[in-house]
Amino acid sequence: MTPLDESAIRIETLTVGFGAKIVIDDLSLDVRRNEILGLIGASGGGKSVLLRAVLGLLPARAGRIEILGHVRGPGSAREIGRRCGALFQQGALFSSLTVLENLEFPMREYLGGSDAFRREVAIAKLEMVGLSAEDARKFPAELSGGMVKRAALARALALDPEVLLLDEPTSGLDPIAAGDFDDLIRTLRRTLGLTVFMVTHDLDSLNSLCDRVAALYGGKIVAIGPLAEVRGVDHPWIRAYFRGARGRAALA
Amino acid sequence: MRQVVGAALRICYRDCGPIRRRALTSEPTLARIAADGGLRLKASGAWIADHADALEALIVAAPASVALDVAGVERLDTFGAYAIARLKGQAELTGVSERQRGLLEAVARLPHAAPAGVKPRNRLADALESLGRALSAAGADAVDFAAMLGRVSLAFLHALRHPQAFRLRSIVHHLDRVGVQAVPIMAMMTFLVGAIIAQQGFFHFRKFGAEDYVVDLVAVLILREIGVLLVTIMAAGRSGSAYTAEIGSMKMREEIDALSTMGFDPAEFLILPRVLALVVAVPALTFIGAVSALAGGGVVAWLYAGMSPPIYIERLSEAVSMTSFEVGMIKAPFMALVVGIVAAVEGLKVEGSTESLGARTTSSVVKSIFLAIVLDGVFAIFFAAVGM
Repeated sequence: MTPLDESAIRIETLTVGFGAKIVIDDLSLDVRRNEILGLIGASGGGKSVLLRAVLGLLPARAGRIEILGHVRGPGSAREIGRRCGALFQQGALFSSLTVLENLEFPMREYLGGSDAFRREVAIAKLEMVGLSAEDARKFPAELSGGMVKRAALARALALDPEVLLLDEPTSGLDPIAAGDFDDLIRTLRRTLGLTVFMVTHDLDSLNSLCDRVAALYGGKIVAIGPLAEVRGVDHPWIRAYFRGARGRAALA
Repeated sequence: MRQVVGAALRICYRDCGPIRRRALTSEPTLARIAADGGLRLKASGAWIADHADALEALIVAAPASVALDVAGVERLDTFGAYAIARLKGQAELTGVSERQRGLLEAVARLPHAAPAGVKPRNRLADALESLGRALSAAGADAVDFAAMLGRVSLAFLHALRHPQAFRLRSIVHHLDRVGVQAVPIMAMMTFLVGAIIAQQGFFHFRKFGAEDYVVDLVAVLILREIGVLLVTIMAAGRSGSAYTAEIGSMKMREEIDALSTMGFDPAEFLILPRVLALVVAVPALTFIGAVSALAGGGVVAWLYAGMSPPIYIERLSEAVSMTSFEVGMIKAPFMALVVGIVAAVEGLKVEGSTESLGARTTSSVVKSIFLAIVLDGVFAIFFAAVGM
């Protein structure tokens, strides 16, 4: 085990850019252990870029990213991959594998036990996110949008990770499914001591699920704290975000 | 010293992560306590995914019990929770901590469907089934081909009446890709084949003193058969596959659906320009290929057999009739049509998975080459019947 550290993800003076454009500008952010941190920001404002940098998919111009005590780099990819699950916005399920095989693939690579036992656990995980054993045999192309999200979440949880990175997990889900999703994350967090870093625009999730909210604007974190605090921050974008009609209605 | 140990551990961490972590978290154990009323089980240690082997062994070996005490479980994840749910059976669960309750309850609530077993199969029946499927697929292919030919013909007739429906920019763009850009490779390939045929001809005909007829062999073979076939095969591999992949990925990303919902006919916008470009390009390439192959034959005749270029050209003009040239050129646009239509049919058959894109691209190339050779045979019968 890594020494117990206060933060599960530590981002220090991170700069990410494409060509002459700087998207993430000297950003520092700590995600504490066992907390659920929601990241909000304008469309095209760098939320996904930040998440992809944390996932190791985009190189940093400067700064460093530490996950569970491992510095992001070529040598730590497997260790971080084992202990950090990711849910992509479009699911990113492997289209040539069935849903069940999508879950079994990382389990087979990292975990012990027999094929049959891992398969049982994989089915249990699919049931946990609300899919049936029937759905497990389907290919991703045969699933509806909401089912793809659930299957992708099950795959992100396949290795029982300690850190979960979610990119708009509840977008495309109906309110009931989104509520179930929030409940599931809450249960897992309590039992597994899960740390969750999620990009979301779902104000219900921000309100009921997230311990803290970070607002990204212009490549920097302009506010961070419990939702009530962030809502009160005097910043033009934050004001527009929470005091628009939709924001008021959801938080009323 | 510390640093050395640290470095060694880091290496170990990278290469055998689970082993080191296993050493630092205690193995899951299951103690059996005989009590009045039946057997009681007492679980302790870390019930987590890293110990999947040990957990499975515990489940398999565990006897039926009346009570299961989980107070000693230090760490729990869904793997462990699933193992406990399996062990529990009818037993009473005790010692559940507040932290672990949620997960244990969530896992206990699941229906726990058993994975579907594999049905034993009869090999003979399987072989017959796949033969039947292949035959019916071939029939379905013929229907799809005819349907696509009809669709493209309709789009073509529509475009004849409404000339603005010819997407000229698109046709020119595709003509550049499948025609102009293909010239160097086609010319080089046919040049080499012409040279090889000539060399083989001289080598074998020399024994009979029939070297003069090598020029007839090269000219007739190239103009009537080899030229157009080589160009068709190259067009199928180079352009048909690209068409299938393009149309297929547009199908995958629902771009074709978007086009249809706007009220546009995908056959007119996507398929007709591509097919027309190929129908223009393949005859042109066939002509270039034939000239290039004859040049290849001429070079071999000069360097290998000592037949000077003026004599080669002289013999060519005696050997080549307009008919041989016409036979090759008449076939070319039909070959192009086969390649283009097959590519479009296969492209539209692509489904959601990346695997199907690959499978369809392969089958586009294989089917169009096969059909082109069949068509060549049909033409041979036809030309024999009309005396060409």
